[in-house]
Amino acid sequence: MSPERYAESWTRKDLVGIADLSPTEIGVILDTAESFVEVSQRQIKKVPTLRGRTVLNLFFEASTRTRSSFELAEKRLSADSLNFSGSGSALSKGETLMDTARNLEAMSPDLVVVRHQHPGVPHMLAKRLDSGIINAGDGAHEHPTQALLDAFTIRRAKGRLDGLRVAIIGDIEHSRVVRSNIHLLTKMGAEVVIAGPRTLVPLHGESLGVEVTHDLDAALEGADVVMMLRVQLERHQRALFPSVREYFRLFGLTEARLKRAKDDVIVMHPGPMNRGVEIDSAVADGPFSVILDQVANGVSVRMAVLFLLMAVRTETP
Amino acid sequence: MSGKSTGDRRSVLLQGARIVDPSQGLDEAADLLLRDGSVAAIGSNLKAEGAETVDVTGKVLVPGLIDGRAHLGEPGYEHRETLDSGLQAAAAGGFTAVVATADTAPVVDQRALVEMITRQADRLGWARLYPTATVTKGMAGSELSEVGELTAAGAVALSDGETPIANAALLRRALMYASHFGVPILHRAADLQLESDGVMHEGHWSTRLGLPGSTSVSERSIVARDLFLAEEAGGRLHVAPVTVGGALDQIRAAKEAGLQVSCDTTLHHLLLTDEAVHSSTFSTATRVSPPLRSEQDVEALKKGLQDGTIDMIVTDHRPFHADEKEDVQFSVAPPGVVGLETLVSLSLDRLVKAGIIDLARWVELLSCAPARIFGLPGGSLEVGRPGDVTVLDLDAEVTVDPSTFRSQGRSTPFAGWTATGAAVGTFVGGRRVDLPQRT
Repeated sequence: MSPERYAESWTRKDLVGIADLSPTEIGVILDTAESFVEVSQRQIKKVPTLRGRTVLNLFFEASTRTRSSFELAEKRLSADSLNFSGSGSALSKGETLMDTARNLEAMSPDLVVVRHQHPGVPHMLAKRLDSGIINAGDGAHEHPTQALLDAFTIRRAKGRLDGLRVAIIGDIEHSRVVRSNIHLLTKMGAEVVIAGPRTLVPLHGESLGVEVTHDLDAALEGADVVMMLRVQLERHQRALFPSVREYFRLFGLTEARLKRAKDDVIVMHPGPMNRGVEIDSAVADGPFSVILDQVANGVSVRMAVLFLLMAVRTETP
Repeated sequence: MSGKSTGDRRSVLLQGARIVDPSQGLDEAADLLLRDGSVAAIGSNLKAEGAETVDVTGKVLVPGLIDGRAHLGEPGYEHRETLDSGLQAAAAGGFTAVVATADTAPVVDQRALVEMITRQADRLGWARLYPTATVTKGMAGSELSEVGELTAAGAVALSDGETPIANAALLRRALMYASHFGVPILHRAADLQLESDGVMHEGHWSTRLGLPGSTSVSERSIVARDLFLAEEAGGRLHVAPVTVGGALDQIRAAKEAGLQVSCDTTLHHLLLTDEAVHSSTFSTATRVSPPLRSEQDVEALKKGLQDGTIDMIVTDHRPFHADEKEDVQFSVAPPGVVGLETLVSLSLDRLVKAGIIDLARWVELLSCAPARIFGLPGGSLEVGRPGDVTVLDLDAEVTVDPSTFRSQGRSTPFAGWTATGAAVGTFVGGRRVDLPQRT
């Protein structure tokens, strides 16, 4: 199936978050991604779709996997990509955000993939730049392509999103992955429960339209999907939890505890994992784990996003 | 350049207006005669030999408005605001006086600085300036400033500005010591440890936007502490500002119990909620301190305006250079917005026209109360009081356009808002303030 036919129903210049997307738009991205899976399975994993187009990967915050995934997606679409990272460039030399924006403007890339430690940065850039902006994570706000690849992975495993019970466990407070996933899953009709120690779950979590619990077993009960989040080990220094040992005992996912979930549960993790902290190796490497599928699907989803945003630019020069 | 050179001995007769002055229970059509810098008469069909007559038919005259808190930048932050630009902004916005904060560089903790700022403002003549001095030397939160010297030089209040006094023993002593001189201590009630890295009000919107939240318990707990301290120490505590419903309730109860406490709130805390961070897509013009609060807090504040718990509305005018405020992302933008040129129109429209308070109460909040709290000669049009008058046109249609501001600061969350009602002129010390054409 050719991806071109999906491009007709896409009109956005940027992808800054899931919050603004309609279920239809989410569907368009997921369907487009489906059509790119085949490319990654070829011997020569490259199509000329974005030849002559420039994509700037602007990472103000360290990232290995998201950046690699975007780069790979760009390369498979034959785009010219350029990497700017936070350390060792002007980005860390006290330049204001708008100066960075003006510099980018002067280089006029077609698309800018941006990761920043502060919420709202991609949104500000999207407002001021003609280039298309893709949010690759802004603080604890959104990480739309992660949520999309998660949804893509769930849909491939379960055939649907609506009606599923999805448990998201761990450091909810500091997670952009959770926020984008909550937007996406609730828009698509899934039921979301979030769980973690009270110090790592926002006080106003319910206001996001999800169920909140502080009991791992209650969260796992009847779950179709279990999403484990990475725990930042240094958080215990701010008295958010007392020790890694205690965290694992209370919120670590083990095979025994996973039994409360549905028999055909899938276990996900956005990575990088802390084995023995939030997830036991037996689960991470076990039969229910789709963690590596997520990584592979990430490339297809990002190819789809790059493709759709670029198609908009082609229509309106 | 300033109207002051024309001399104060002239008489001005303002004819045909409605005069609203709650200090003398006045709301009627009358003429107002200003002579020798003061109010000389109020009455119908006043005649004054040799007086310049000004036709203000259809307008409303009120005692000159006083902004209880504005950051004017000078000395030290002239790239943000100067006394010239700030006081022109005040006059353009309808204020005849401004209580200036002490958080300049150097901070106002010495007599010479109080005098220098006051003299400079007098020379400009756009509006009166009443300086605030710091509670502690260098605003460092350890040693008391020379309160006697500073108040003798003209400081009308003490404040360490945005920096809360964490040390309760110090605030207790400051309240005791300041009571010798009758000046209020304006305290920003906040617990910075509790607020931690918060950049907006903690609630649904901070949760959704992934921005570190600042719990309203910070304000509530420090207001509770401060009220206990004031109850024992005496002195005059002024909560600057109150933004949380729960804190307001405590102040209300303390006032009912007879404690000498006062408080203010800002216009942006009355007209906006934390949702504005979202709807403005992280605009740094919604980054203020204390942060914009919840809808319930805003409702509580409006009740506080109605029942008298809130004494004043202030601008908390806080200009920044665009490089530091508008060219950066929300989380790192310094908190604060300008307000001198928007408060009158927006409050007339959103508070008075909207029926939340009446015009007399509005005048009380913006003129009588600040005069009373800071011990200023204005705040009333009684005969013999200073000839400080603000002229209002309640029918003027206004659209907020930051590019027309006289303030050097442009960051306002109200850009593009429309309102009915505006200040169309001011008189200070009996003379009309004529601002130069904007260049």
